[in-house]
Amino acid sequence: MRYSALRVIKEALTGHKGWTPAWRDVAPQAHYDYIVIGGGGHGLATAYYLARDHGAKKVAVLEKGWIGGGNVGRNTTIIRSNYLLDGNEPFYEHSLKLWEGLEQDLNYNAMVSQRGILNLIHSDAQRDAFTRRGNAMILNGADADLLSTQTIQKRYPFINVDNARFPIKGGLAQHRGGTVRHDAVAWGYARAADQLGVDIIQNCEVTGFRIQGGTCLGVETSRGYIAGGKIAACVAGSSGRLMSKAGMRLPIESHVLQAFVSEGLKPVLPGVITFGAGHFYCSQSDKGGLVFGGDIDGYNSYAQRGNLPVVEDVCEGAMAIFPMLGRVRLLRMWGGIMDMSMDGSPIIDRTHIDGLYFNGGWCYGGFKATPASGWCYAHLLARDTPHEFAKAYRFDRFEKGQMIDEKGVGNNPQLH
Amino acid sequence: MIINHPLLGPRDSAEFTYMGDAKLIDRPDWQAPEALAQFIDYGYMRDNPDGAHRELWYHEQGDRSFLVVTRDTTTHEIFAVELARDVARSRGQSR
Repeated sequence: MRYSALRVIKEALTGHKGWTPAWRDVAPQAHYDYIVIGGGGHGLATAYYLARDHGAKKVAVLEKGWIGGGNVGRNTTIIRSNYLLDGNEPFYEHSLKLWEGLEQDLNYNAMVSQRGILNLIHSDAQRDAFTRRGNAMILNGADADLLSTQTIQKRYPFINVDNARFPIKGGLAQHRGGTVRHDAVAWGYARAADQLGVDIIQNCEVTGFRIQGGTCLGVETSRGYIAGGKIAACVAGSSGRLMSKAGMRLPIESHVLQAFVSEGLKPVLPGVITFGAGHFYCSQSDKGGLVFGGDIDGYNSYAQRGNLPVVEDVCEGAMAIFPMLGRVRLLRMWGGIMDMSMDGSPIIDRTHIDGLYFNGGWCYGGFKATPASGWCYAHLLARDTPHEFAKAYRFDRFEKGQMIDEKGVGNNPQLH
Repeated sequence: MIINHPLLGPRDSAEFTYMGDAKLIDRPDWQAPEALAQFIDYGYMRDNPDGAHRELWYHEQGDRSFLVVTRDTTTHEIFAVELARDVARSRGQSR
């Protein structure tokens, strides 16, 4: 069924009896050419691009719970492509371009809103760094705009630019950045993939891999054994857990990251704003809640909840730049588990086991990467060569000294 | 989280800095023939288990001792806290 305004009107007049489920509920078949493990944004996008662009016929997405129930449902919905390094920027810019055409591609309203993102500058050194980053973005075909304090004050009169400790000295804006309705991304990709014949199998947890002679033949699941030509792990957040079943250790630690939503407010915050001195960023959802977050808690965790010191730290960051938020009440907070890689950049690569592929290590930047991650992973799966934009995301970059660390601080599993 | 420091008693985890897997105590010998592979493993690869995890916490806002904390990564429950010095010595290291 194709969604359109006409369809909505027709259904409204006929008692909404014509709507059908957005994707089929199917039982697993005995064999697939491609098995994508993980029905999140990245996994569903991978399946969609496999079917659409690479002519893959027998594709399954296995999800242990319900699709979109992991990190694609737990993030702060920001899209942007403001990276510095050549290994990253073309990839994220490709992602942003895919976001721009996503709703037409999928025939699904994902509420892509390019309301802009502003990174605040608090010191001369930071201005130098952000100017450099802006130039790198422009060289890679993205947009970047260095704003003066006066412009910021004019556009965002509620920002405290005269904070005694962290005065605001300007900002780097990417006007094409913004937010997307995160759940709709999973649902839109699922529906579009399903229409291309992809089997989306929920409540199907992978419990093991069948590996013989260095080749992965299939997966053991809670719904029985499923044989597969190529097995694609795509479970960022649970990568350590899943890949240990294949006997693999990863250059990744799992950490908990908290996010927050305030009570609903009338429109007060245009765009996404990030604090450059602490770690705090904020946007306002279409429902009116302020959506914000900060740093990871900082210790290994698979528990989807964090602790209070980080809550305090994030709220202090909020108060430093938005004193107007002082009386806003917090509605909800939650934690999600991040694959924190050793250089803050992801991995999309083959593993040492034939037929087993890996996509993970997204730290806390995976949401914005969803379309390009699926695009590049599908390319790798179908052609066995890395996509041009993802060729730096290799497993062996650590031992070869080719880390992609945006901050240039060396290996540390707490970067992003 | 409350970390029960062996010398100081229960302390708020916010006083500590997390330093990662306790295997970092076992720094490879740089002269060993396999040193390169060992250091790649030491620097980058992690077990990252769900469940009991032995990890280093540095009491930065306290007595500056390193602790080895055994903690469940799925519940944050702490099972044991030892001085990293004692752990290192028990493995034959000088300090």
